[in-house]
Amino acid sequence: MNNLLKLSALELKNAISRGDTTATEALEAYLHEISVQDGALRAYNEVLVDEARDQARRIDDMRKIGESPGLLAGIPIAIKNNLCTTWGRTTCSSKMLANFRAPYTATAVARIRQAGAVVLGKTNMDEFAMGSSTENSAHGASVNPWDLSRVPGGSSGGSASAVAGSLCSAALGSDTGGSIRQPAALCGIVGLKPTYGRVSRYGLVAYGSSLDQIGPMTRDVADCAAVMNVIAGHDPADATSLDRPVPDYLANLDEPIKGLRIGLPREFLSDALDPEIHRAIENAVEVYRSLGAEVKEVSLPHSRIDSGAGGELSSFAVACYYIVATAEASSNLARYDGVHYGHRTERDAADIIDLYSRSRAEGFGDEVKRRIMLGTYVLSSGYYDAYYLKALKVRRLIKNDFDEAFETCDILLCPTTPSPAFKMNEKTADPLEMYLADIYTISVNLAGVPAISIPVGLSSRNLPIGMQLIGGVFREDVVLRAARMFEKASGICRLTPPPLGRDAE
Amino acid sequence: MSNKITPEVVRHIGKLARIELDDQQVEMLGRQLGDILRYVDKLQALNTDGVAPMAHAVEIHNVLADDAPGQSLTADEALANAPARDNDFFMVPKVLGDS
Amino acid sequence: MSEQATEVLAIVGLEIHVELATETKMFCRCRNRFGDPPNTNVCPVCIGMPGVLPVMNSKAVEYSLKVGQALNCELPSYSKWDRKSYYYPDLPKNYQISQYDLPLCKDGYLDVPLPDGSSKRIRVLRAHLEEDAGKNIHDNPAHTGVDLNRAGVPLLEIVSQPDMNTPQEALSFAREMQRLVRWLGVSEANMQMGHMRFEPNINLHITRGGTVYKTPIVEVKNLNSFKALEGAVTHELKRQYAQWLEDPEGFSLDRKGKQNRGWDDQRNITVFQREKEEAHDYRYFPEPDLPAVVVDDAWRESIRASIGELPLARRERFIKQHQLGSKEAEAMIQDADTGNLLDDATAMGAPPRRVVNLMLGRMSAAANEKGCALGQLGVSAAQLSQLAIMLEEGKLNATAGDKIIDHMIANGGSPLEIAGKLNLLAESNTAAVEQWVDQAIAANPDPAQQVRSGDKKAKQAFGFLVGQVMRISGGKAPPSAVKELLESKLSAK
Ligand SMILES: [Mg+2]
Ligand SMILES: [Zn+2]
Repeated sequence: MNNLLKLSALELKNAISRGDTTATEALEAYLHEISVQDGALRAYNEVLVDEARDQARRIDDMRKIGESPGLLAGIPIAIKNNLCTTWGRTTCSSKMLANFRAPYTATAVARIRQAGAVVLGKTNMDEFAMGSSTENSAHGASVNPWDLSRVPGGSSGGSASAVAGSLCSAALGSDTGGSIRQPAALCGIVGLKPTYGRVSRYGLVAYGSSLDQIGPMTRDVADCAAVMNVIAGHDPADATSLDRPVPDYLANLDEPIKGLRIGLPREFLSDALDPEIHRAIENAVEVYRSLGAEVKEVSLPHSRIDSGAGGELSSFAVACYYIVATAEASSNLARYDGVHYGHRTERDAADIIDLYSRSRAEGFGDEVKRRIMLGTYVLSSGYYDAYYLKALKVRRLIKNDFDEAFETCDILLCPTTPSPAFKMNEKTADPLEMYLADIYTISVNLAGVPAISIPVGLSSRNLPIGMQLIGGVFREDVVLRAARMFEKASGICRLTPPPLGRDAE
Repeated sequence: MSNKITPEVVRHIGKLARIELDDQQVEMLGRQLGDILRYVDKLQALNTDGVAPMAHAVEIHNVLADDAPGQSLTADEALANAPARDNDFFMVPKVLGDS
Repeated sequence: MSEQATEVLAIVGLEIHVELATETKMFCRCRNRFGDPPNTNVCPVCIGMPGVLPVMNSKAVEYSLKVGQALNCELPSYSKWDRKSYYYPDLPKNYQISQYDLPLCKDGYLDVPLPDGSSKRIRVLRAHLEEDAGKNIHDNPAHTGVDLNRAGVPLLEIVSQPDMNTPQEALSFAREMQRLVRWLGVSEANMQMGHMRFEPNINLHITRGGTVYKTPIVEVKNLNSFKALEGAVTHELKRQYAQWLEDPEGFSLDRKGKQNRGWDDQRNITVFQREKEEAHDYRYFPEPDLPAVVVDDAWRESIRASIGELPLARRERFIKQHQLGSKEAEAMIQDADTGNLLDDATAMGAPPRRVVNLMLGRMSAAANEKGCALGQLGVSAAQLSQLAIMLEEGKLNATAGDKIIDHMIANGGSPLEIAGKLNLLAESNTAAVEQWVDQAIAANPDPAQQVRSGDKKAKQAFGFLVGQVMRISGGKAPPSAVKELLESKLSAK
């Protein structure tokens, strides 16, 4: 394995700016690695070689003439395939958009390019970001680099697999109910879901509009902060993006947070939790205590997780989420009808309704259909109040719990997932069981607050375990510093999966 | 335990959502949606009297743009992804009137 | 059943869609412009492409609030956006961004002048803002083409209470609404361009033998002319009554509910529209991509201040201030520019009566010929006031005034210059005027004698002589001087 691939994004950027290497050299190393490994990981839907080489050359040329090529100069970044780009295709890993070429570029992508990043390609995902394993992809499932028989998590599974497998230096994902944090946890990397409105959603293909956020997926916390410095901030094209100054997340990253008040949500540390994860979280708590943090129990009653008689888990937040997200999705995905773009049935349509219904039946996979059906149902006449309106009220209760917790805490600490990476096909038969993979991450999206997942250790099967740190609205800075503090103190940082035969090339 | 949604309801929702469903899908979705709805029914147990619904994650207001023209696409750009076009129009089977 | 006295009351409510005359669309910055080549005023947002987001047009919101204020509506402090779902090829997202339960304006009224000179107050339930759909083009017999230039144009939907009871009242309400939105400058309200569309809701309350029968409410969709509106309401009233007579019990609101019908322009009748495959279920829910609109007192006050004087108030003022007849006053409020011209010209010192006569005389005729509004003739208040003052001072006669109006419309210029150029100024040289008077007396001895004698034909003869002097002078003799001279020359003898 080329040594360039072992550097973090910031290390690579520094190496390029020192002249130790070039953007082109770094890019070629990654392109080579992709050509060797992506057959096994299937992290990418499309590698955008020509455009990446152009951009790398541009960065190198700028450096030659002494111009500053930006905060992310020369860093090869992979982006989830639900972010629009004018080059390549934006498919959302769906047959519906198999040939869709966007006439515009997502704001977050434009910003990383402006900062000198080299976009390597579009990563695999659960179709339209609906899923927790990246198995719902029209391109086939991605694979977890830690164990090729296991899922990388989802829906940003391709991005997570690419970061963990050294097929990119960093990646962008999107998170609606845990789609950045859960795959980050399962692949042993860092993933941040920012405060709702902190990063522009313009150009992110919508799933659940009031929940979606774009965020970084990186090898360590400093890289995460660096990417946030670039993508965060107001965008006039997104009316829900907030017009508030963006702090320099790198500037104070290593400042110790004296007397950090950490809340442990009682509801997230029940007996139902996998014992290995429970232990890893307890260890993390000890690390924080040793650093002088105040740790105490808090309560998020409406995010409570119950285990039923048969051991099955349930949560108000998950129930609330699956109503809100699918309702919004049923509307967001109504536009895919075979008229203005996207898949259109080749069967002879008797009329326009036929054209719509067949195009959509053919273009969408099962999980997408299921969620559109559910969302349509909860909004339909007679059910709106009982389901949708009820869910919006519960959402308020969930948010109120967080507000209350943040009156006495700076951050909340809890697991990211109920278990380490699961086997392929293990949960595909039962949609409900798959939904529960997001049981710890979902309420964060409902409340709109920021949260990061960082690795806290490995299971006995040598699978990564993730910890989630949740902050108050706009407190990405605190979340990142707390995460960084753990990284430094524990030495658990940049976990490297066992070789996949890359040395046998 | 499964709480089935009747095939009629599934078909009705399929029509509203404009998704063609065969009998097998109707059966499967009836079962799966039933299970999910039974699951989400747990929300009914919560008392939400007097709780204001929360539709947005962060509540802001009056985000307005100036009424100043910006860039539009050319007809060719607009139609570049169209599955079927008739000159500079998107083409669909015969429909009546406007919406 | 024996013959019984039957009373029929028509109940008509109206939904009016008004396209707002903004530069750009409601949620993107494509041009809001009629008549451009298909699919050229479009962008990813109004095509509804994956990943796009709407950002609302401040002008459209302001215009809507103005209309609400002018309609005496409450402008609630909190208003939000919703999505309304239905599938149609001219609606690219397959949902329309609209307002459901919390519109920008609610609970107002409009006083509508009726042809008999009275007026009627029609209550307005609400006015909400939404995006227009594109256009389906049916030129090709084999398929339909879709043009999205209109998709996303701001559309204000004004919904009245069912307060109208005749086709004439519905028509008057619609016309008054057209005048109002033009007056406010928020819409061109051009019917040919589809800027205004009507959807009347119509049914009958029929009282017979102490029982009130209500016929099913019919909504006639998408009417785009006043003629169609009047025709549709007229036809519905007849049709519903005839159908009720056939089956008084069965043809009822309770049994049949609401129905949609279309309008057949050729045959002047409403026609049954096949119901969509499933009943409408719009699945409204709050638009997650758009923050709410919050109107505070300061904003409300600035809207109120920006409205200015509304047509009916102005009419009342003109009648009082300038002693206009009600027909004259009505003509002065056809649009805001017309009345502004009167106000501006009088503010510059012109006598109101002269100004009104000019405006309702030659200027009205010219506007009619050109097919434009009076205020759009290009005659400025300064020109008009100078002309009126010259007439008042006797420097011009009425014919010369009309000539100057025509010249100003065609070529511009000040009345004084034009009068000079066209040699229209009244002769101020007394000797010249006296010479014309003497000529006229000499040429017409008999009428001159009649005036001298003071007999019963004297008055008529005097007028005749004045006319003769004017003729001889080529219109340049100042009438007052002519009269004075004639009087003095024909009285003493
Ligand atoms: Mg409407
Ligand atoms: Zn547009």
